[in-house]
Amino acid sequence: MRGRRRLVAAGLLAAGLALGALPTVGLPAFYESFLYLVFSWIALATSWSILSGYAGYFSFGHGAFFGAGMYTTATLAAAYGLPFLWTLPLAGVVAALLACGIGAVVFRVKQLRGELFGLLTLAITFVLATIVLNTPIDGGPGVYLSGVPMPRLVGSPTGTIYLLGLGLAAVTLVTAYAITRSRFGLGLFAIHDDEDVAEVKGVPTFRYKLTAFVISAGIAGVAGGIQAMYVSYVTVAETFAITVPLYVVLMSILGGARHWLGPAVGATMITASLYAFTGGESAVLGRAVVALALILVILLLPDGVVPSVRRWWFTWRSGALAGGEGRAHRVDHRLDPGAASASRTPLAVTPRVPAVTSYGDAAPGSTAPPLLECHEVWKAFGGIQALRGVSLTIALGEIVGLVGPNGSGKTTLINIISGHHGADRGRINLAETRLSARSAHEIAGLGVSRTYQIPRPFTHLSALENVALAATFGPGRCSARQARADARQWLAFTGLERRAEALPGELNLHERKFLELARALAARPRVILLDEVLSGLNPTEIASAIHLIREIQAGGATILFVEHVMRAVLELSNRVVVLNEGEVIATGSPREAMRDPHVIRVYLGKAHAA
Amino acid sequence: MPSLTLLGQSVISGLLAGGLYSLLALGLSLSWGLLRLVNLGHFALAFLGAYLTYHLGTVLHLAPWLSVLIIVPIFFGLGVGLHAIFVRFGVTEFTSLLVTFGVTVIVESIIQLVWTADFRRFETPYATASIKVGPLFVPTLELLTCLTAAGLAFATWAWLRFTYVGKALRAAAEDPAMAAAFGVNHRAQAFLLSGVSAAYAGVAGGYIALISTLAPSQIWAWLGVVFAVVIIGGLARPIGALLAGLLIGVSESVTMAVVTPAWAPLVSFSVLIGLLVLRPGRV
Repeated sequence: MRGRRRLVAAGLLAAGLALGALPTVGLPAFYESFLYLVFSWIALATSWSILSGYAGYFSFGHGAFFGAGMYTTATLAAAYGLPFLWTLPLAGVVAALLACGIGAVVFRVKQLRGELFGLLTLAITFVLATIVLNTPIDGGPGVYLSGVPMPRLVGSPTGTIYLLGLGLAAVTLVTAYAITRSRFGLGLFAIHDDEDVAEVKGVPTFRYKLTAFVISAGIAGVAGGIQAMYVSYVTVAETFAITVPLYVVLMSILGGARHWLGPAVGATMITASLYAFTGGESAVLGRAVVALALILVILLLPDGVVPSVRRWWFTWRSGALAGGEGRAHRVDHRLDPGAASASRTPLAVTPRVPAVTSYGDAAPGSTAPPLLECHEVWKAFGGIQALRGVSLTIALGEIVGLVGPNGSGKTTLINIISGHHGADRGRINLAETRLSARSAHEIAGLGVSRTYQIPRPFTHLSALENVALAATFGPGRCSARQARADARQWLAFTGLERRAEALPGELNLHERKFLELARALAARPRVILLDEVLSGLNPTEIASAIHLIREIQAGGATILFVEHVMRAVLELSNRVVVLNEGEVIATGSPREAMRDPHVIRVYLGKAHAA
Repeated sequence: MPSLTLLGQSVISGLLAGGLYSLLALGLSLSWGLLRLVNLGHFALAFLGAYLTYHLGTVLHLAPWLSVLIIVPIFFGLGVGLHAIFVRFGVTEFTSLLVTFGVTVIVESIIQLVWTADFRRFETPYATASIKVGPLFVPTLELLTCLTAAGLAFATWAWLRFTYVGKALRAAAEDPAMAAAFGVNHRAQAFLLSGVSAAYAGVAGGYIALISTLAPSQIWAWLGVVFAVVIIGGLARPIGALLAGLLIGVSESVTMAVVTPAWAPLVSFSVLIGLLVLRPGRV
């Protein structure tokens, strides 16, 4: 595997060098311009996908950053006489600053939906165009760069442009590759699937989105700088046309916006097919054909060319090894009774419980100081008062059951502790650290981890990646390799190790619930908040889940769990807190609390309490 | 500071120009709000309608209103056909944008092949007619556009609010599964709505042919402003689209009169950006 990867890297390097040497062999300028255009579109489409493909925030404002770069270079080189090459980094910086300013405002907007972000960025393009047109930056007639001396990297001017384009495309692709393989990239992918959950799992979503936006815009700015010199006459109408934003979207979607190489493939395909139809009537026809191809690709390969081809390739290969590993494994998984029973009773296959917490917290016990403390927490949603001064403490190593009728505020409390909602009043502390008023990812980083009642896995990440993400962004902050190893361990613990490569959509409810659990545990939290892990499971599954939770506690975890399954509450909890209409009405040992007349009245009605 | 007459005249021409914005925004707002499809093809259809009106008028010497009568049912069919493709391939909100972009490019190419890229102008006797109100001139054609937009907006509003189909459409837009559980046949109604939306594009096309100069590339010129109108008006709110169109029209033409024409686009987009940032829940 590693040898092959090295071979591929060497091949790519050789190809890059060969392309770099091309201008010295005296190719006609036509080919150099054509290839430059391909490189330029590769850089633009790939940079666009860093925010829009990976994190899912479709920007139609790439033209604004491209244009900002073009005008930076044009202004600095033509009006101020700065050498052309010097203007390129500045073009990138100006575009990046623009994105930083826009992002800092826009990403603070709560519930910014994808289409809104798209239209906002489109609108910003038009605003920028109007400003450039009406200020001395352009003023109307356009800017000529014909007087700007072209630096001589090689013999011809087109050769220089070609090399700059090649360099930028290469840098962009390396950046994209590095991001998709990094913790940052994993965070962006998680934002794409479910931003709220990503934040709760410890991904600093605001910072990540802003960073991705800035990188993306910076590259577009440099591409614009080179383009300014290439066209040597910059006008507002051409620069800020709808072409750039739409083409980058199309190229990326066509190639596959979530894969580092996808946009480059899409860019090459579209640029080449547009070039095939140059001149006169055939250009019009060509555009129509490209548009038709686009429609067909989007309808038939919604994931894009690269992911689809990869999938075919893997299917074909596992088919070619007929009876080999791929297929045998699948059959084995479906039919082997051993495998089936293993997934039903997970503990049968888990020899060892991994240590849940990596902290040197003191030995558990009821005398231990409170680890999690909620003090007088209030929360209203509009006119509904969900919590009315809830106070509770959980000691280190304790399992506390949080029960109460539907609508009593249990999930709200979990949402507030995990930072998903802010409390209106009150204070929440984890040991000595104040949690309230911190963002959800900071709270996750401090060691609070939760599950969702209705599982919310990242739908485009495999089960393994889902768990590895939690390990990566949890308080443990381990390396990618360590995170994957940990994730395997947690999948094994929850009986999902055979489903490691499956996408969440392929899992059944029971498996998804356990995936939630594995994801919460993998963060190695100090406190785990379990929101109805048992609901919807059958009695056997409940039994194995109860067993799991016991094991987790034995591993040293502190747990607050919301549950309606009374058997589990009685068996598991050291202490029970009963909520009703946002208030704590009873707290104590499970049997004690359940005998409290007030509690019985709330649960079963007045007659039973008598 | 321009004179009061100039200001009054610019408010009027803004209101009237806004009528066309509203008319274009109406269909777009319906399909986006109720079907969750962002239909760029709406602009292509409107221009196709405009070119057909132009063609029928200059070659067959058909009266524009007659052309529109012919175009509307055809476009209803086109809308239904396009929606059939969307349904067949399970097009989502986002892919709809890409697919309809493709459709728009194809229509643009067809227009260019048939009518060339040259500017075309449909000369009619009433293009320059106007009513004089005190010191102000009200061009008849633009007034008619505005009235049509208002009529369609109110009719659509009533349709959505008071009829079963309208209520069912709104219910299905909010929660398709729940609406289906209550017996709403969303599929059939979605086809109807797509047809209606396309028919509105046809009507808008008729007015575009009469009012403005035609060129294939003009399809893209309206995009930004009309989307701004759709969002400012609120999705699937016909009256909102009408008012937003008028608001943008007036603000543009007043900017043209008071500052300079070149700054006009800044107004609508600044309104849009401000609204999106401050009131993102509206859409």
